[in-house]
Amino acid sequence: MSKYETVIGLEVHAELSTNSKIFCGCKTEFGAEPNTHTCPICLGHPGVLPVTNKQAVEFAMKAALALNCEISRETKFDRKNYFYPDSPKAYQISQFDQPIGYNGWIDIEVNGETKRIGITRLHLEEDAGKLTHSDFGGESLVDFNRVGVPLVEIVSEPDIRTPEEARAYLEKLKAIIQYTEVSDVRMEQGSLRCDANVSIRPYGQEEFGTKAELKNMNSFRNVQMGLEYEVMRQTEVVSSGGKVVQETRRWDEANKKTLTMRSKEEAHDYRYFPDPDLVRMQISEEWIEAVRATIPELPDARQARYVNDFGLSKDDAGVLTMSKETADFFDETVKTGAEPKAVANWLMVDLLAHLNANNLVFADVKMTPQGLGEMIKLIADGTISSKIAKTVFKEMVETGKEPKKIVEEKGLVQISDEGALRQIVVDAINSNPQAVADYKSGNEKAAAFFVGQVMKQTKGKANPPMVNKLIAEVLKEM
Amino acid sequence: MSAITRKEVEHVANLARLQLTEDEAERYTKDLNAILEFAAKLNELDTFNVAPTSHATDVKNVMREDVNRPSLPREEVLKNAPDHEEGQFKVPAVFE
Repeated sequence: MSKYETVIGLEVHAELSTNSKIFCGCKTEFGAEPNTHTCPICLGHPGVLPVTNKQAVEFAMKAALALNCEISRETKFDRKNYFYPDSPKAYQISQFDQPIGYNGWIDIEVNGETKRIGITRLHLEEDAGKLTHSDFGGESLVDFNRVGVPLVEIVSEPDIRTPEEARAYLEKLKAIIQYTEVSDVRMEQGSLRCDANVSIRPYGQEEFGTKAELKNMNSFRNVQMGLEYEVMRQTEVVSSGGKVVQETRRWDEANKKTLTMRSKEEAHDYRYFPDPDLVRMQISEEWIEAVRATIPELPDARQARYVNDFGLSKDDAGVLTMSKETADFFDETVKTGAEPKAVANWLMVDLLAHLNANNLVFADVKMTPQGLGEMIKLIADGTISSKIAKTVFKEMVETGKEPKKIVEEKGLVQISDEGALRQIVVDAINSNPQAVADYKSGNEKAAAFFVGQVMKQTKGKANPPMVNKLIAEVLKEM
Repeated sequence: MSAITRKEVEHVANLARLQLTEDEAERYTKDLNAILEFAAKLNELDTFNVAPTSHATDVKNVMREDVNRPSLPREEVLKNAPDHEEGQFKVPAVFE
């Protein structure tokens, strides 16, 4: 057990899903040809006048409310000054002392315990451009398409104590934002990004240790690994009598370690001041309530509903509600009359396994909720066995065909004709005298051998409970 | 009251990527102090109950609907760039 306590605060950036940029009408879509979504405003030409996108403000309010924040009734934009080629104006329009939202929180669950993590603030700002550094050196290329895409920056309190908690916080934050539909929160496309402040201190010490800021962690797994590495590094530095230096460090995924990017001497001297081109914003109670009314049922409420209404375990309900797509699919399937626990199992076990095995995402799934509901009913009424259902399920996920059609086309209907099955059982038993002898001498497992034979003979279509019953009967009669 | 030191002038110049000559640094220290002294007259007023002013106008909530407007053709975008390549601005290499 380490003598040191870890203290982590996270800064998360999420790109808002508006059609146009925050201060001009250029498109925000990802993946366009470089510099084709730019205009004099986002390129920072002199004399232009930015005008705020109302939708961006409302999306930021919606996210802030979903994260239990209070909303600033009086707010404004400020200029954050720095020189870097990703910013054509040499300042970023952001919010300094009057963020849209403040004093929020979310609850996370780690090792079965619920913990509340404070959210210091949520503010609105513009994104920066994208730099590509050439391999041959000497030059960098700049694409300004992303400049001016609206972002919210969400800053947590330093309430997080382990890398595992950091990951749980991120997953929860991502789920909540996804539910509000203000951002598509795709880390691999950069629409969700995470930086971490991490420090250690002896247990019992109140003041914080010197922190390092970690960047470039582009997946939940990397956030956790980067933090684990950094905690270990700082513990070694301090244990060997050294001092942690305040600096920005980069997670090097290939080598699984953090590296110094820059030390913080003048880095934080941003000389914020109110942007004179953008007038103040006043947010009325009515406006706040109108935005609040657009917030859908959030993950925690949905999880509780699944536990209370459908009798799912808290863990299962947690897995289902972690992604809105899965939870929506679950709800739609249950609406078709399918048994909720069965639906939950197919989605959590079979579907997730299929997605992981084939490196797919939920959007690739062709199956419809109606199809899954229908298939579960086919199992319940004995038309197909649950073993055959796995084949139907796979086909349905890949092609989206109706389960009845798949069953028909592939001739998968379960054999529940007792007379026909009895004949197959008798044949299997007659042609395997050795197994019968084993069974008679007390080896009960020999019965399983006959089940296997019957299933082989019927290509898995025999009704399993009926097969078990018939084998027991026939063997008894012998 | 001498609010601004020569060291501060050099610091701010450095942040603004300005290279000052000896003479300029000296002059700006003097000028900036004179400007601040002039503005310090405002301190004679009691502003205890006045909220800080962020903007000179009282106009509020000027916003636009979330509608796309045409962007510039790329040739126009790159026209004033000292250098470009593959549709992108080319700048001296930067490393964080």
